[in-house]
Amino acid sequence: MLKNTHIKAAVAAVALAFTANASAAEGTLENVKAKGFLQCGVSTGLPGFSNPDAEGNWQGLDVDVCRAVAAAVLGDASKVKYTPLTAKERFTALQSGEIDILSRNTTWTLTRDTSLGLNFAGVNYYDGQGFMVSKELGVSSAKELDGAAVCIQSGTTTELNLADYFREHGMKYTPVVFDTSDQTVKGFEAGRCDVLTSDQSQLYALRIKLAKPDSAMVLPEIISKEPLGPVVRQGDDQWFNIVKWSLFAMINAEEYGLTSANADDMLKSTNPNVRRILGLEGPKGKGLGLDDKWGYNIVKQVGSYGESFEKNVGKDSPLGIARGVNALWKDGGFQYAPPIR
Amino acid sequence: MAAHPSSKDNSANNLRKIWFDPNVRALVFQIIVVIGVIGFFFYIISNALFNLEQRGITTGFGFMNQTAGFGIIQSLIEYDESHTFGRTFIVGLLNTLLISALGIIFATIIGFVMGVARLSNNWLISKVATVYIETLRNIPLLLQIFFWYFAVLRALPSPRQSVSLGEAVFLNVRGLYLPSPVMEAGSSFVVIAFFIAVIGSIVLAKWAKRRQMLTGQPFPVLAVSAASIVLLPLIVFFIMGMPIGLEYPALKGFNFQGGVVVIPELAALLVALSFYTAAFIAEIVRSGILAVSKGQSEAAESLGLTRTQALKLVIIPQAMRVIIPPLTSQYLNLTKNSSLATAIGYPDLVSVFMGTTLNQTGQAIEVIALTMAVYLTISISTSILMNIYNKKMALVER
Repeated sequence: MLKNTHIKAAVAAVALAFTANASAAEGTLENVKAKGFLQCGVSTGLPGFSNPDAEGNWQGLDVDVCRAVAAAVLGDASKVKYTPLTAKERFTALQSGEIDILSRNTTWTLTRDTSLGLNFAGVNYYDGQGFMVSKELGVSSAKELDGAAVCIQSGTTTELNLADYFREHGMKYTPVVFDTSDQTVKGFEAGRCDVLTSDQSQLYALRIKLAKPDSAMVLPEIISKEPLGPVVRQGDDQWFNIVKWSLFAMINAEEYGLTSANADDMLKSTNPNVRRILGLEGPKGKGLGLDDKWGYNIVKQVGSYGESFEKNVGKDSPLGIARGVNALWKDGGFQYAPPIR
Repeated sequence: MAAHPSSKDNSANNLRKIWFDPNVRALVFQIIVVIGVIGFFFYIISNALFNLEQRGITTGFGFMNQTAGFGIIQSLIEYDESHTFGRTFIVGLLNTLLISALGIIFATIIGFVMGVARLSNNWLISKVATVYIETLRNIPLLLQIFFWYFAVLRALPSPRQSVSLGEAVFLNVRGLYLPSPVMEAGSSFVVIAFFIAVIGSIVLAKWAKRRQMLTGQPFPVLAVSAASIVLLPLIVFFIMGMPIGLEYPALKGFNFQGGVVVIPELAALLVALSFYTAAFIAEIVRSGILAVSKGQSEAAESLGLTRTQALKLVIIPQAMRVIIPPLTSQYLNLTKNSSLATAIGYPDLVSVFMGTTLNQTGQAIEVIALTMAVYLTISISTSILMNIYNKKMALVER
């Protein structure tokens, strides 16, 4: 139950005291290879990003990052074990070595990057914080929210942005803070608060969890930058590189038209960019300490970034989020991966 | 000639003697255990520090001076986003103390009433008390908290459809809105009058008790002190020209503004904690009363004391000796159980400090150590206070 979350956090903190010196911080690659699976920290259930489907298989944009890393390292995208974590637990779980990689819609910030012993390995979704209100309130802009009660999930950057926004606009608010996004939605539905605030992508995901999704609307204002991405422990450069380049491989694959469907045909391609992603020429897997087929495995088993996006959060999913700023750089978006060469 | 035992033999003998001395043995083993425990803690602490440094995690309590930057729904002291994490610690701590103190008061009252009621000769009263105790004692506290919060309080109307009492008190899903007092010039005299009445009542009660012990004549202490505590400030209030006004809550924008608000999170947690703990206290009270020999109540009866008088003057004072130690445990339990607050978003220490603050700063070890220290301190203080009270009760009876 809920009390568990605190016990978990405490246990993770205690784990820091007991784990053998530094062994968890170095050699994550060897560790994962020896175990035979990747331990991946995900959310407790957020449709589109990381959520178990009807059969209990984890699905989503964040889950695909874990699967890509598993494909690159172990050659099999299915060799992942998932640890659902609340916002509060996630960093301690990573610090203490409970998980190998945290892929849980986590915002990249200066504090987190510098003082928690963590490294952000890239951005797999460019998000921003927004507000969801009940349509019957008749509110059309966040600037009309003076005096509102706001439901919010504890321990997120959202909590800080909210305070900043209301202070900046000289408005007051009542924070109603819950532990999980499920409770937050419950509180919103029951009328405990007027507004639910979260990253916009989450708002769309949470809206379909409402009993009557049409009764709520997302306000147009975006009040913050929320670059979300996978996180690894600091001090293991090799592992950091592997996670980083697994994500870059997916983005590059989209750029050069590789998909899970055409990966085998593309082995015959003469385009040097395609051949380098597939490990046929160029740097191959050596620098990363991986098999030469690492890129091929990612593309074949997980797919390109675009594929993953459309399947999980885009037009092929219930969320129906437009690519927007998450389009590739050549299509006017922010997604830009360094070249594989 | 008797051979003198050599000095070597002598010292070996002495050593053996010392070794078989139970006091010495006890001391030696205690020292070994203490060294072991200290060594263990030294090991895990230094190991933790080493690990933290290895992983580049910032340590220390410096974060307490950083700006918190998040809001808290209920604060007993002035607080907004611009205050520090140190302040959030205090805010959470005070909220924990508030819910614990209120819970202890309510649980004690309900518990004593239910405990006595279960022993009542009235069939209905005793059965109601039995059902109450057996039901609430056997349902997990967390479920009870959820029940009150999600099932009961959620059924309340929205702000616009609030239940109102004389346009001054409003009840809705966001909480209970009460008028708040506005202190104007001269109001301090009313407050002073109130305290004088309270102190007077305490003196009166002591005097009445002593008189009754000496002469056997009772004095209506309760009625007189209640009257003076109400009347004296009231008279001063009118003499000073009504210096205390009321600020009424009013529907403005999304919700009621002004006045005092009791948030539903506090209400749900308080109701659940007090009802749950009261069920245990009731059993403790019952066992305490049953522990007083039947001869005592028969003697009281034969003196012509009413049932109430017998309870108040003879039974309960003796039962208290049995009641206090387990009652202390219940108080400690209630305080610690208040940390379940986080399940429904009441901003207690665990929710605000071990929750939000921990996550914003990432200083898991410091935050958790501090939180544990706080609960330890609260528990030990409660124990000490109750032990003092226990000693006092025990002495009076001898």
